[in-house]
Amino acid sequence: MSAMPDEVVAPLVEVEGLSKTFDVSAPWLNRVIDRKPRQFVHAVDDVSFSILPGTTLALVGESGCGKSTVARLLVGLYAPTRGRVLFGGVDATATTRPTAMRRRMQMIFQDPYASLNPRWKVRDIVAEPLREHDFDADVAGAERERRLLSRVDRLLDSVGLAAADAEKFPHQFSGGQRQRISIARALATHPEFLVCDEPTSALDVSVQAQVLNIMKALQVELGLTYLFISHNLAVVRHVSDQVGVMYLGRIVEIASKQTLFSTPRHPYTGMLLDAIPDIHMSGRARTPVQGEVPNPLDPPSGCSFHPRCPHANERCRVERPLLLPAGATRVACHAVQEGRI
Amino acid sequence: MPDPLLDVRHLRVEFPTRRGTLVALDDVSFDISPGEILGVVGESGAGKSLTGAAIIGLLDPPGRIAAGEIRFDGRRIDSLPYEAMRKVRGKSIGAIFQDPLTSLDPLYTVGQQLIETIRTHLPVSASEARQRAIRLLEETGIPAAEARLDQYPHQFSGGMRQRVVIALALAGEPRLIVADEPTTALDVSIQAQIIFLLKRLCKEHGAAVMLVTHDMGVIAETCDRVAVMYAGRIVEIGPVADVIHKPAHPYTVGLMGSIPAMDEDRERLLQIDGSMPRLTAIPAGCAFNPRCPHVFDRCRVDRPDLMPAGATRAACWLHAASLKAAA
Repeated sequence: MSAMPDEVVAPLVEVEGLSKTFDVSAPWLNRVIDRKPRQFVHAVDDVSFSILPGTTLALVGESGCGKSTVARLLVGLYAPTRGRVLFGGVDATATTRPTAMRRRMQMIFQDPYASLNPRWKVRDIVAEPLREHDFDADVAGAERERRLLSRVDRLLDSVGLAAADAEKFPHQFSGGQRQRISIARALATHPEFLVCDEPTSALDVSVQAQVLNIMKALQVELGLTYLFISHNLAVVRHVSDQVGVMYLGRIVEIASKQTLFSTPRHPYTGMLLDAIPDIHMSGRARTPVQGEVPNPLDPPSGCSFHPRCPHANERCRVERPLLLPAGATRVACHAVQEGRI
Repeated sequence: MPDPLLDVRHLRVEFPTRRGTLVALDDVSFDISPGEILGVVGESGAGKSLTGAAIIGLLDPPGRIAAGEIRFDGRRIDSLPYEAMRKVRGKSIGAIFQDPLTSLDPLYTVGQQLIETIRTHLPVSASEARQRAIRLLEETGIPAAEARLDQYPHQFSGGMRQRVVIALALAGEPRLIVADEPTTALDVSIQAQIIFLLKRLCKEHGAAVMLVTHDMGVIAETCDRVAVMYAGRIVEIGPVADVIHKPAHPYTVGLMGSIPAMDEDRERLLQIDGSMPRLTAIPAGCAFNPRCPHVFDRCRVDRPDLMPAGATRAACWLHAASLKAAA
């Protein structure tokens, strides 16, 4: 986990200048008649980060900030417009053996009601990646089936489900149990890297605690590396080692968990931290930041946060800040770089 | 203590089905004083939204109030005929729902919807109603209210729509607002704005609020008292600070422990094993007994009622024992 050996460890995942642009233009005929230009959304814009093996990077941000798009780019569900993803030093977007790479990274989705096939038994759901990736292909017929089933039993056991659950259908489980089935399926191919896209957002808090505890225990046991996407900062603080804050497709601040939560530098990070309702009612004075996330079709010039930022000046309105080191953190903010805040 | 504005006594809501009657709410009793904000918290399926729906008379059939009574300002409202209840709803009791997009009609402008609501409940002319509508939108922090009055709901963002819904709920100058998960569909920064707005406006208008949510943080910041629901019953009710810092019911203890905290590091979260029972299979005795770490024989047989437990009231036999010991 956070205790890393002293020697330099090569990152497991490196993302360099990753961008994804979606074409959201009106149909050709409407464009011609209405004389409208083509329109593009820069869902992810020049995002770079790296994740050390056995650690968790969390990406946080509000809806529409591009965090789920990053997750999908990483596992290859989208092809990047620009930039690349290095996995274990190999370019995952240009690899000649994508299947072998996919086996090493798996994804857990947000909605456990939509991500499990309702017509399949749990046994088949969890065994699917094993069949797909030719596990135990050296033996045939009944013997292979027997081996696959014993693998499924062990996987279900590792997420706290009973072997008898393999014969049930997804609808017979509660939300938390279904998310555990998703985790068992993701772990089937012995991946090194799990991309978790809001894995607990659809769950109640007591069930969320069960799933987060299992995920942390499995990380220690199997040495897993996580990319954890969430909008819930308290959850992020609980699971992560490193945190990246996204706003309108860009990372505005990335730092270790301790640094980010104790001394947030970017005004948006501060605002997000301030916006969390405080359960302990420490009497902290809160000033909710005004305004809303701008339309990604028409992002503001310069720093995209400037219309909501109390520290914005002329430079912020014109020039887009780069993600630069500032003390223990890296932050994209002119005010921080100039020493104004 | 003033007379309660809303008084719910022994409320029981049933859903008759082909396979027997499901009891969705059982013996729910609480009250709300004028100007008070009562939070109702619980996990999905605990019956918190259903309690709100029963109060505003919007239970979906075949759901029905099978026993108990709901009094608003001393007058029974659970047995009112449909038309009479319509006059209470919107005028005396306002409602805010979770999804601001579905609670506005997409075919009418925001102004038409506000003016219609105002004129239904208050004896004002069309132009007065329009002025009132503009004032309401301004109060809820919508910029350029006069221009936006003639726009349609789809032209508003999620946070702005929820502001319109709050304006609608306040239009009849109600004395009670039932807000069912008003910020759940919103991002955290918008959620903070809406919670502050709701709290400020209800104070200014002197309206009491029943705030239904699953977010303990929102409860902590907003409410005066909180009721914790589990499997269709209230398991603990008391002042917010006491329920959060000194919870008396084992379920509340587990619920509080399972929320990741912002100010402390824990390797593991406290977890309540298992999940809430389905309505078809509510265990005998205390509904929480199969998940409870302190369960003993009586819990499996007798169902506990709310009893005094420190500063709060909790439905748990542990406190019956301590009461007896004290006596």
